[in-house]
Amino acid sequence: MKIDKVTKREKLNFLEKLYIPEIAKGLTLSLKYMFAPKFTRQYPEERWEPLGSYRGRPVLVEENGKERCVACGLCSRVCPAVAIEVQAAETADEKERYPILFEINMLRCIYCGYCEEVCPEEAIIMSQDYELTFSSRETAIYDKSKLLVPKEKLTNQLRFLIEYRNI
Amino acid sequence: METFLYILLMFVIKIAIVLAIAFTAAASAVFAERKVAAYIQCRIGPNRVGPKGLLQPFADVLKLIMKEDIVPYEANKVFHKIGPMITLTVAFAIYAVIPFGDFFYLNGEKVYLGIATSPNINIGVLFILAMTGLNIYGVTLSGWSSNNKYSLLGGVRSSAQMVSYEIVMGLALVGVILITGSFGLTDIVNHQDNWKWNLFLNPIGFLLYLTASFAETNRTPFDFPECEQELVNGFNTEYSGMKFGIFYLAEYINVFTVSLIMSLLYLGGWTLPFPSEWIGLEAGSFWLSLIQLVVLLVKTSLLVFFFFWVRWTIPRFKYNQLMDLGWKVFLPLGLLNIILTAIGVYCFK
Ligand code: SF4
Ligand code: SF4
Repeated sequence: MKIDKVTKREKLNFLEKLYIPEIAKGLTLSLKYMFAPKFTRQYPEERWEPLGSYRGRPVLVEENGKERCVACGLCSRVCPAVAIEVQAAETADEKERYPILFEINMLRCIYCGYCEEVCPEEAIIMSQDYELTFSSRETAIYDKSKLLVPKEKLTNQLRFLIEYRNI
Repeated sequence: METFLYILLMFVIKIAIVLAIAFTAAASAVFAERKVAAYIQCRIGPNRVGPKGLLQPFADVLKLIMKEDIVPYEANKVFHKIGPMITLTVAFAIYAVIPFGDFFYLNGEKVYLGIATSPNINIGVLFILAMTGLNIYGVTLSGWSSNNKYSLLGGVRSSAQMVSYEIVMGLALVGVILITGSFGLTDIVNHQDNWKWNLFLNPIGFLLYLTASFAETNRTPFDFPECEQELVNGFNTEYSGMKFGIFYLAEYINVFTVSLIMSLLYLGGWTLPFPSEWIGLEAGSFWLSLIQLVVLLVKTSLLVFFFFWVRWTIPRFKYNQLMDLGWKVFLPLGLLNIILTAIGVYCFK
Protein backbone atom coordinates (compact mmCIF):
# COMPACT_ATOMS: atom_id res chain seq x y z
CA MET A 1 0.00 0.00 0.00
CA LYS A 2 1.28 3.41 -0.86
CA ILE A 3 1.01 5.99 1.85
CA ASP A 4 0.90 9.63 0.88
CA LYS A 5 2.94 11.96 2.96
CA VAL A 6 0.50 14.32 4.58
CA THR A 7 2.90 16.97 5.68
CA LYS A 8 5.82 18.32 3.75
CA ARG A 9 8.77 18.92 5.96
CA GLU A 10 11.14 21.63 4.88
CA LYS A 11 14.77 20.71 4.65
CA LEU A 12 16.76 22.70 7.17
CA ASN A 13 20.37 23.55 6.65
CA PHE A 14 22.96 23.07 9.36
CA LEU A 15 22.65 26.55 10.87
CA GLU A 16 18.88 26.27 10.97
CA LYS A 17 19.17 22.86 12.58
CA LEU A 18 21.07 24.48 15.42
CA TYR A 19 18.10 26.84 15.88
CA ILE A 20 20.41 29.52 17.20
CA PRO A 21 19.45 32.53 15.04
CA GLU A 22 15.75 31.94 15.68
CA ILE A 23 16.30 31.45 19.39
CA ALA A 24 18.25 34.72 19.54
CA LYS A 25 15.37 36.47 17.78
CA GLY A 26 12.89 35.06 20.27
CA LEU A 27 15.04 36.05 23.21
CA THR A 28 15.28 39.67 22.08
CA LEU A 29 11.52 39.79 21.70
CA SER A 30 10.86 38.49 25.18
CA LEU A 31 13.49 40.84 26.59
CA LYS A 32 11.66 43.72 24.96
CA TYR A 33 8.41 42.67 26.58
CA MET A 34 10.07 42.51 29.96
CA PHE A 35 10.23 46.28 29.93
CA ALA A 36 6.86 46.82 28.31
CA PRO A 37 4.04 48.33 30.40
CA LYS A 38 2.25 45.79 32.57
CA PHE A 39 -1.44 44.99 32.33
CA THR A 40 -2.00 43.68 35.83
CA ARG A 41 -4.79 45.29 37.84
CA GLN A 42 -4.15 45.12 41.59
CA TYR A 43 -7.67 43.89 42.20
CA PRO A 44 -8.93 44.59 45.70
CA GLU A 45 -7.37 48.07 45.65
CA GLU A 46 -7.84 48.84 41.99
CA ARG A 47 -11.40 48.01 41.12
CA TRP A 48 -13.01 47.61 37.77
CA GLU A 49 -16.13 49.64 37.04
CA PRO A 50 -18.30 47.79 34.51
CA LEU A 51 -20.32 49.52 31.81
CA GLY A 52 -24.11 49.84 31.89
CA SER A 53 -24.46 46.82 29.63
CA TYR A 54 -22.68 44.57 32.11
CA ARG A 55 -24.72 41.64 33.45
CA GLY A 56 -23.86 41.37 37.12
CA ARG A 57 -26.20 39.89 39.72
CA PRO A 58 -29.92 40.52 39.10
CA VAL A 59 -31.50 42.99 41.56
CA LEU A 60 -34.96 44.41 42.16
CA VAL A 61 -35.38 48.15 41.57
CA GLU A 62 -36.64 50.02 44.62
CA GLU A 63 -38.62 53.16 43.87
CA ASN A 64 -39.99 55.47 46.62
CA GLY A 65 -39.25 52.83 49.22
CA LYS A 66 -41.22 50.12 47.40
CA GLU A 67 -40.35 47.56 44.79
CA ARG A 68 -41.46 48.19 41.24
CA CYS A 69 -42.28 44.54 40.79
CA VAL A 70 -45.93 43.63 40.33
CA ALA A 71 -45.39 39.92 40.91
CA CYS A 72 -46.50 38.90 37.44
CA GLY A 73 -44.18 35.92 37.58
CA LEU A 74 -42.84 36.31 34.05
CA CYS A 75 -39.24 36.37 35.17
CA SER A 76 -39.61 33.23 37.18
CA ARG A 77 -41.30 31.63 34.18
CA VAL A 78 -38.59 32.58 31.68
CA CYS A 79 -35.59 31.88 33.86
CA PRO A 80 -33.75 29.01 32.12
CA ALA A 81 -32.08 28.00 35.36
CA VAL A 82 -35.28 28.10 37.43
CA ALA A 83 -33.58 30.36 39.91
CA ILE A 84 -36.39 32.77 40.74
CA GLU A 85 -39.30 32.19 43.06
CA VAL A 86 -42.09 34.78 43.26
CA GLN A 87 -45.16 34.68 45.49
CA ALA A 88 -47.75 37.39 44.93
CA ALA A 89 -49.90 39.17 47.49
CA GLU A 90 -52.43 41.98 47.31
CA THR A 91 -51.83 45.51 48.52
CA ALA A 92 -54.12 48.29 49.62
CA ASP A 93 -52.59 50.52 46.91
CA GLU A 94 -53.88 51.07 43.40
CA LYS A 95 -50.99 48.89 42.34
CA GLU A 96 -52.76 45.72 43.08
CA ARG A 97 -50.11 43.10 43.64
CA TYR A 98 -46.68 42.94 45.11
CA PRO A 99 -44.31 40.05 45.74
CA ILE A 100 -44.58 38.92 49.32
CA LEU A 101 -41.71 36.54 48.64
CA PHE A 102 -39.03 37.08 46.01
CA GLU A 103 -36.01 34.82 46.04
CA ILE A 104 -33.20 34.26 43.60
CA ASN A 105 -30.95 31.28 44.11
CA MET A 106 -27.58 32.71 43.18
CA LEU A 107 -26.06 29.25 42.85
CA ARG A 108 -28.45 28.58 40.00
CA CYS A 109 -28.45 31.93 38.25
CA ILE A 110 -26.40 31.94 35.06
CA TYR A 111 -26.53 35.71 34.52
CA CYS A 112 -28.29 35.36 31.19
CA GLY A 113 -30.37 38.49 31.68
CA TYR A 114 -33.63 36.94 30.43
CA CYS A 115 -35.45 38.10 33.55
CA GLU A 116 -34.44 41.67 32.86
CA GLU A 117 -35.54 41.35 29.24
CA VAL A 118 -38.96 39.92 29.99
CA CYS A 119 -39.99 42.12 32.90
CA PRO A 120 -42.83 44.48 31.90
CA GLU A 121 -42.06 46.96 34.69
CA GLU A 122 -38.28 47.18 34.43
CA ALA A 123 -38.38 45.92 37.96
CA ILE A 124 -35.62 43.33 37.80
CA ILE A 125 -32.37 44.40 36.20
CA MET A 126 -28.84 43.18 35.98
CA SER A 127 -26.62 45.25 38.27
CA GLN A 128 -22.89 45.89 38.14
CA ASP A 129 -22.22 43.83 41.23
CA TYR A 130 -19.74 41.07 40.41
CA GLU A 131 -18.38 40.21 43.83
CA LEU A 132 -20.45 37.25 44.89
CA THR A 133 -19.22 34.88 47.55
CA PHE A 134 -21.21 32.58 49.76
CA SER A 135 -20.18 30.41 52.63
CA SER A 136 -23.16 28.06 52.49
CA ARG A 137 -26.05 27.05 50.26
CA GLU A 138 -28.54 28.83 52.48
CA THR A 139 -26.82 32.19 52.26
CA ALA A 140 -26.66 31.84 48.49
CA ILE A 141 -30.45 32.25 48.26
CA TYR A 142 -31.02 35.96 48.14
CA ASP A 143 -34.34 37.24 49.44
CA LYS A 144 -35.93 40.66 49.09
CA SER A 145 -33.73 42.28 51.71
CA LYS A 146 -30.68 41.55 49.62
CA LEU A 147 -32.28 42.00 46.22
CA LEU A 148 -33.84 45.44 46.64
CA VAL A 149 -31.56 48.24 45.47
CA PRO A 150 -32.65 51.90 45.31
CA LYS A 151 -33.20 53.24 41.81
CA GLU A 152 -30.59 55.98 42.33
CA LYS A 153 -27.81 53.43 42.54
CA LEU A 154 -28.75 51.84 39.22
CA THR A 155 -28.84 54.91 36.95
CA ASN A 156 -26.19 53.46 34.67
CA GLN A 157 -28.15 50.33 33.83
CA LEU A 158 -31.50 52.07 33.67
CA ARG A 159 -30.12 54.58 31.19
CA PHE A 160 -28.69 51.74 29.15
CA LEU A 161 -32.02 49.94 29.15
CA ILE A 162 -33.96 53.04 28.07
CA GLU A 163 -31.53 53.69 25.23
CA TYR A 164 -31.08 50.20 23.83
CA ARG A 165 -33.97 48.08 24.95
CA ASN A 166 -36.31 48.35 22.02
CA ILE A 167 -33.99 48.53 19.07
CA MET B 1 43.32 14.21 67.71
CA GLU B 2 43.34 18.00 67.71
CA THR B 3 43.86 18.21 63.99
CA PHE B 4 41.14 15.68 63.45
CA LEU B 5 38.69 17.77 65.48
CA TYR B 6 39.82 20.87 63.65
CA ILE B 7 39.22 19.27 60.28
CA LEU B 8 35.85 17.94 61.40
CA LEU B 9 34.76 21.35 62.66
CA MET B 10 35.95 22.97 59.45
CA PHE B 11 33.94 20.44 57.47
CA VAL B 12 30.76 21.03 59.42
CA ILE B 13 31.03 24.81 59.13
CA LYS B 14 31.77 24.64 55.43
CA ILE B 15 28.91 22.24 54.77
CA ALA B 16 26.54 24.49 56.70
CA ILE B 17 27.60 27.53 54.70
CA VAL B 18 27.37 25.75 51.36
CA LEU B 19 23.96 24.30 52.22
CA ALA B 20 22.80 27.75 53.24
CA ILE B 21 24.00 29.18 49.94
CA ALA B 22 22.31 26.40 47.97
CA PHE B 23 18.99 26.71 49.81
CA THR B 24 18.94 30.49 49.59
CA ALA B 25 19.79 30.26 45.93
CA ALA B 26 16.97 27.78 45.33
CA ALA B 27 14.44 29.90 47.22
CA SER B 28 15.40 33.06 45.40
CA ALA B 29 15.45 31.18 42.11
CA VAL B 30 11.85 30.06 42.65
CA PHE B 31 10.84 33.64 43.30
CA ALA B 32 12.95 35.02 40.46
CA GLU B 33 11.54 32.53 38.00
CA ARG B 34 7.98 33.58 38.76
CA LYS B 35 8.91 37.24 38.50
CA VAL B 36 10.76 36.77 35.21
CA ALA B 37 7.86 34.77 33.82
CA ALA B 38 5.44 37.48 34.86
CA TYR B 39 7.49 40.30 33.41
CA ILE B 40 7.95 38.54 30.09
CA GLN B 41 4.18 38.05 29.93
CA CYS B 42 3.51 41.70 30.85
CA ARG B 43 2.29 40.80 34.32
CA ILE B 44 3.63 41.80 37.73
CA GLY B 45 3.97 38.43 39.43
CA PRO B 46 3.84 37.61 43.13
CA ASN B 47 3.85 40.80 45.20
CA ARG B 48 1.56 40.12 48.15
CA VAL B 49 3.44 37.91 50.61
CA GLY B 50 5.92 40.01 52.53
CA PRO B 51 7.64 43.10 51.17
CA LYS B 52 7.45 43.07 47.37
CA GLY B 53 6.32 39.44 47.56
CA LEU B 54 9.76 38.29 48.67
CA LEU B 55 8.36 35.75 51.12
CA GLN B 56 6.47 33.90 48.39
CA PRO B 57 8.81 30.86 48.33
CA PHE B 58 8.30 30.37 52.06
CA ALA B 59 4.56 30.51 51.60
CA ASP B 60 4.93 27.89 48.86
CA VAL B 61 6.95 25.60 51.10
CA LEU B 62 4.47 26.02 53.95
CA LYS B 63 1.66 25.07 51.62
CA LEU B 64 3.51 21.99 50.37
CA ILE B 65 4.37 20.82 53.88
CA MET B 66 0.77 21.01 55.00
CA LYS B 67 -0.55 19.03 52.04
CA GLU B 68 -1.47 15.39 52.27
CA ASP B 69 1.19 12.97 51.13
CA ILE B 70 -0.51 10.49 48.82
CA VAL B 71 1.11 7.25 47.71
CA PRO B 72 -0.81 5.64 44.88
CA TYR B 73 -2.35 2.23 45.43
CA GLU B 74 -0.13 -0.51 43.99
CA ALA B 75 2.79 1.83 43.62
CA ASN B 76 6.15 0.41 44.55
CA LYS B 77 6.23 2.00 47.99
CA VAL B 78 9.97 1.68 48.57
CA PHE B 79 11.11 3.14 45.30
CA HIS B 80 8.38 5.73 45.42
CA LYS B 81 10.02 7.00 48.60
CA ILE B 82 13.59 6.61 47.40
CA GLY B 83 13.05 8.53 44.15
CA PRO B 84 12.93 12.05 45.60
CA MET B 85 15.69 11.17 48.06
CA ILE B 86 18.08 10.25 45.26
CA THR B 87 17.22 13.39 43.38
CA LEU B 88 17.93 15.68 46.31
CA THR B 89 21.02 13.81 47.50
CA VAL B 90 22.58 13.92 44.07
CA ALA B 91 21.74 17.59 43.73
CA PHE B 92 23.66 18.31 46.92
CA ALA B 93 26.46 15.80 46.41
CA ILE B 94 27.90 17.86 43.56
CA TYR B 95 28.75 20.61 46.04
CA ALA B 96 31.39 18.34 47.55
CA VAL B 97 33.83 19.28 44.80
CA ILE B 98 32.72 22.73 43.78
CA PRO B 99 35.11 25.46 44.89
CA PHE B 100 33.54 28.85 45.59
CA GLY B 101 36.80 30.75 45.49
CA ASP B 102 40.51 30.40 46.04
CA PHE B 103 41.82 30.28 49.62
CA PHE B 104 42.51 32.61 52.50
CA TYR B 105 44.71 32.45 55.58
CA LEU B 106 43.03 32.03 58.93
CA ASN B 107 45.53 32.20 61.82
CA GLY B 108 48.24 31.17 59.40
CA GLU B 109 46.27 28.17 58.14
CA LYS B 110 45.11 27.92 54.56
CA VAL B 111 41.35 27.70 54.31
CA TYR B 112 39.91 26.69 50.99
CA LEU B 113 36.54 27.97 49.85
CA GLY B 114 34.68 24.77 49.14
CA ILE B 115 33.85 21.64 51.06
CA ALA B 116 36.76 19.58 49.78
CA THR B 117 39.86 19.67 51.97
CA SER B 118 42.36 19.71 49.18
CA PRO B 119 42.02 22.66 46.85
CA ASN B 120 42.10 20.81 43.68
CA ILE B 121 40.60 17.38 43.70
CA ASN B 122 41.99 16.01 40.52
CA ILE B 123 38.79 14.25 39.62
CA GLY B 124 36.59 17.32 40.14
CA VAL B 125 35.15 17.40 36.66
CA LEU B 126 34.65 13.65 36.53
CA PHE B 127 32.83 13.70 39.85
CA ILE B 128 30.44 16.31 38.52
CA LEU B 129 29.78 14.24 35.40
CA ALA B 130 29.20 11.14 37.50
CA MET B 131 26.77 12.88 39.82
CA THR B 132 24.73 14.46 37.04
CA GLY B 133 24.61 10.97 35.57
CA LEU B 134 23.14 9.61 38.79
CA ASN B 135 20.37 12.16 38.55
CA ILE B 136 18.68 9.91 35.99
CA TYR B 137 18.02 7.29 38.66
CA GLY B 138 15.91 9.63 40.72
CA VAL B 139 13.75 10.64 37.81
CA THR B 140 13.41 7.22 36.22
CA LEU B 141 12.81 5.35 39.47
CA SER B 142 10.12 7.73 40.64
CA GLY B 143 8.49 7.61 37.22
CA TRP B 144 8.50 3.83 37.15
CA SER B 145 7.49 3.22 40.76
CA SER B 146 4.41 5.44 40.57
CA ASN B 147 2.49 2.77 38.63
CA ASN B 148 1.13 5.36 36.24
CA LYS B 149 1.60 5.32 32.50
CA TYR B 150 2.30 9.02 32.28
CA SER B 151 4.91 8.89 34.99
CA LEU B 152 6.51 5.87 33.38
CA LEU B 153 6.69 7.57 29.99
CA GLY B 154 8.17 10.65 31.61
CA GLY B 155 10.80 8.57 33.34
CA VAL B 156 11.69 6.62 30.21
CA ARG B 157 11.97 9.75 28.15
CA SER B 158 14.15 11.41 30.69
CA SER B 159 16.56 8.51 30.80
CA ALA B 160 16.89 8.50 27.01
CA GLN B 161 17.33 12.26 26.91
CA MET B 162 19.80 12.48 29.74
CA VAL B 163 21.93 9.66 28.44
CA SER B 164 22.21 11.30 25.03
CA TYR B 165 23.07 14.68 26.43
CA GLU B 166 25.50 13.27 28.95
CA ILE B 167 27.67 12.38 25.99
CA VAL B 168 27.50 15.88 24.60
CA MET B 169 28.34 17.26 28.01
CA GLY B 170 31.36 14.99 28.33
CA LEU B 171 32.61 15.85 24.86
CA ALA B 172 32.25 19.56 25.55
CA LEU B 173 34.23 19.19 28.75
CA VAL B 174 37.10 17.49 26.94
CA GLY B 175 37.81 20.83 25.25
CA VAL B 176 38.20 22.61 28.57
CA ILE B 177 40.35 19.84 29.98
CA LEU B 178 42.60 19.91 26.91
CA ILE B 179 43.10 23.65 27.27
CA THR B 180 43.83 23.50 30.99
CA GLY B 181 45.61 20.19 31.14
CA SER B 182 43.93 19.29 34.42
CA PHE B 183 40.73 17.85 35.83
CA GLY B 184 40.81 20.08 38.89
CA LEU B 185 38.24 22.86 39.00
CA THR B 186 40.60 25.26 40.78
CA ASP B 187 43.21 24.73 38.06
CA ILE B 188 40.63 25.32 35.40
CA VAL B 189 39.52 28.59 36.97
CA ASN B 190 43.00 29.90 37.66
CA HIS B 191 43.94 29.12 34.10
CA GLN B 192 41.29 31.58 32.96
CA ASP B 193 42.75 34.55 34.80
CA ASN B 194 43.19 37.80 32.87
CA TRP B 195 40.12 37.37 30.68
CA LYS B 196 41.42 34.15 29.15
CA TRP B 197 37.96 32.72 29.58
CA ASN B 198 37.22 29.35 28.10
CA LEU B 199 34.13 30.97 26.60
CA PHE B 200 36.43 32.83 24.19
CA LEU B 201 38.93 30.01 23.75
CA ASN B 202 36.30 27.35 23.20
CA PRO B 203 32.97 28.90 22.15
CA ILE B 204 31.60 25.73 20.54
CA GLY B 205 32.26 23.84 23.73
CA PHE B 206 30.39 26.46 25.70
CA LEU B 207 27.41 26.26 23.38
CA LEU B 208 27.33 22.47 23.64
CA TYR B 209 27.67 22.52 27.39
CA LEU B 210 24.97 25.14 27.75
CA THR B 211 22.51 23.15 25.67
CA ALA B 212 23.39 19.93 27.42
CA SER B 213 22.79 21.56 30.80
CA PHE B 214 19.32 22.58 29.69
CA ALA B 215 18.66 18.95 28.85
CA GLU B 216 20.28 17.69 32.06
CA THR B 217 18.20 19.92 34.30
CA ASN B 218 15.03 19.09 32.34
CA ARG B 219 14.29 22.71 31.63
CA THR B 220 12.41 24.04 28.66
CA PRO B 221 13.04 23.65 25.73
CA PHE B 222 14.00 20.12 26.81
CA ASP B 223 11.51 19.48 29.60
CA PHE B 224 10.25 16.20 28.16
CA PRO B 225 10.12 14.29 31.43
CA GLU B 226 7.36 16.62 32.54
CA CYS B 227 5.62 17.90 29.45
CA GLU B 228 2.30 19.01 30.79
CA GLN B 229 0.36 18.66 27.57
CA GLU B 230 0.96 14.97 26.94
CA LEU B 231 2.14 13.54 30.24
CA VAL B 232 0.11 15.48 32.84
CA ASN B 233 3.26 16.29 34.75
CA GLY B 234 5.55 13.45 33.74
CA PHE B 235 7.60 11.58 36.28
CA ASN B 236 6.31 13.51 39.31
CA THR B 237 2.60 13.27 38.49
CA GLU B 238 1.93 10.92 41.39
CA TYR B 239 3.84 12.91 43.96
CA SER B 240 2.18 15.29 46.32
CA GLY B 241 3.02 17.38 49.33
CA MET B 242 6.64 17.71 50.32
CA LYS B 243 7.78 14.85 48.08
CA PHE B 244 6.73 16.95 45.13
CA GLY B 245 8.34 19.89 46.89
CA ILE B 246 11.64 18.03 46.93
CA PHE B 247 11.54 17.55 43.17
CA TYR B 248 10.72 21.20 42.80
CA LEU B 249 13.54 22.22 45.11
CA ALA B 250 15.98 19.87 43.42
CA GLU B 251 15.13 21.34 40.03
CA TYR B 252 16.06 24.82 41.16
CA ILE B 253 19.14 23.64 43.01
CA ASN B 254 20.20 21.86 39.84
CA VAL B 255 19.70 24.99 37.79
CA PHE B 256 21.86 26.89 40.26
CA THR B 257 24.47 24.13 40.24
CA VAL B 258 24.85 23.88 36.50
CA SER B 259 25.06 27.66 36.27
CA LEU B 260 27.74 27.61 38.93
CA ILE B 261 29.67 24.91 37.10
CA MET B 262 29.31 26.74 33.83
CA SER B 263 30.64 29.96 35.26
CA LEU B 264 33.55 28.04 36.75
CA LEU B 265 34.34 26.18 33.58
CA TYR B 266 33.70 28.80 30.94
CA LEU B 267 33.14 32.25 32.39
CA GLY B 268 36.32 32.62 34.37
CA GLY B 269 34.85 31.52 37.68
CA TRP B 270 35.88 33.76 40.55
CA THR B 271 38.74 35.52 38.69
CA LEU B 272 38.35 39.26 39.01
CA PRO B 273 37.92 41.26 35.82
CA PHE B 274 41.04 43.24 36.77
CA PRO B 275 44.31 42.37 38.57
CA SER B 276 43.72 42.07 42.31
CA GLU B 277 46.60 44.49 43.04
CA TRP B 278 44.40 47.35 41.85
CA ILE B 279 42.31 47.21 44.99
CA GLY B 280 45.35 46.51 47.13
CA LEU B 281 44.44 42.97 48.16
CA GLU B 282 46.88 40.11 48.02
CA ALA B 283 46.10 36.52 47.25
CA GLY B 284 45.17 34.81 50.50
CA SER B 285 43.45 37.73 52.19
CA PHE B 286 39.95 37.19 53.50
CA TRP B 287 38.44 40.17 51.73
CA LEU B 288 39.78 39.07 48.37
CA SER B 289 38.10 35.68 48.82
CA LEU B 290 34.87 37.42 49.67
CA ILE B 291 35.03 39.55 46.53
CA GLN B 292 35.85 36.44 44.51
CA LEU B 293 32.78 34.73 45.94
CA VAL B 294 30.62 37.70 44.98
CA VAL B 295 32.04 37.75 41.45
CA LEU B 296 31.29 34.06 41.08
CA LEU B 297 27.76 34.44 42.40
CA VAL B 298 27.04 37.37 40.08
CA LYS B 299 28.15 35.38 37.06
CA THR B 300 26.06 32.44 38.25
CA SER B 301 22.94 34.52 38.78
CA LEU B 302 23.23 35.95 35.28
CA LEU B 303 23.33 32.41 33.92
CA VAL B 304 20.37 31.41 36.09
CA PHE B 305 18.49 34.36 34.68
CA PHE B 306 19.36 33.12 31.21
CA PHE B 307 17.77 29.76 32.08
CA PHE B 308 14.53 31.50 33.07
CA TRP B 309 14.64 33.80 30.10
CA VAL B 310 14.93 30.85 27.71
CA ARG B 311 12.20 28.92 29.48
CA TRP B 312 9.66 31.67 28.97
CA THR B 313 10.64 32.30 25.36
CA ILE B 314 11.11 29.00 23.57
CA PRO B 315 8.48 26.31 23.16
CA ARG B 316 9.34 22.70 23.80
CA PHE B 317 10.98 20.72 21.02
CA LYS B 318 9.44 17.60 19.62
CA TYR B 319 10.94 14.40 20.91
CA ASN B 320 12.40 13.41 17.55
CA GLN B 321 13.92 16.87 17.22
CA LEU B 322 15.57 16.46 20.58
CA MET B 323 17.13 13.15 19.58
CA ASP B 324 18.10 14.48 16.14
CA LEU B 325 19.74 17.47 17.72
CA GLY B 326 21.58 15.36 20.26
CA TRP B 327 22.92 12.63 18.04
CA LYS B 328 23.12 14.16 14.57
CA VAL B 329 24.17 17.72 15.33
CA PHE B 330 25.72 17.97 18.75
CA LEU B 331 27.66 14.72 18.71
CA PRO B 332 29.58 15.54 15.48
CA LEU B 333 29.97 19.11 16.68
CA GLY B 334 31.44 17.88 19.96
CA LEU B 335 33.92 15.63 18.16
CA LEU B 336 34.86 18.47 15.84
CA ASN B 337 35.34 20.70 18.85
CA ILE B 338 37.76 18.25 20.39
CA ILE B 339 39.82 18.04 17.21
CA LEU B 340 39.90 21.81 16.74
CA THR B 341 40.82 22.41 20.37
CA ALA B 342 43.53 19.77 20.23
CA ILE B 343 45.04 21.38 17.13
CA GLY B 344 44.80 24.79 18.77
CA VAL B 345 46.46 23.60 21.96
CA TYR B 346 49.20 21.86 19.97
CA CYS B 347 49.94 24.98 17.91
CA PHE B 348 49.85 27.63 20.63
CA LYS B 349 51.46 25.87 23.56
S1 SF4 C 1 -30.26 36.22 34.94
FE1 SF4 C 1 -31.13 34.46 33.90
S2 SF4 C 1 -30.68 32.76 35.30
FE2 SF4 C 1 -30.37 34.60 36.48
S3 SF4 C 1 -32.29 34.93 37.47
FE3 SF4 C 1 -32.38 36.10 35.57
S4 SF4 C 1 -33.33 34.72 34.11
FE4 SF4 C 1 -32.72 33.48 35.85
S1 SF4 D 1 -41.19 39.96 35.60
FE1 SF4 D 1 -40.80 41.87 36.72
S2 SF4 D 1 -42.81 42.45 37.50
FE2 SF4 D 1 -42.96 40.31 36.90
S3 SF4 D 1 -42.50 39.19 38.75
FE3 SF4 D 1 -40.56 39.37 37.68
S4 SF4 D 1 -39.70 41.23 38.52
FE4 SF4 D 1 -41.80 41.25 39.13
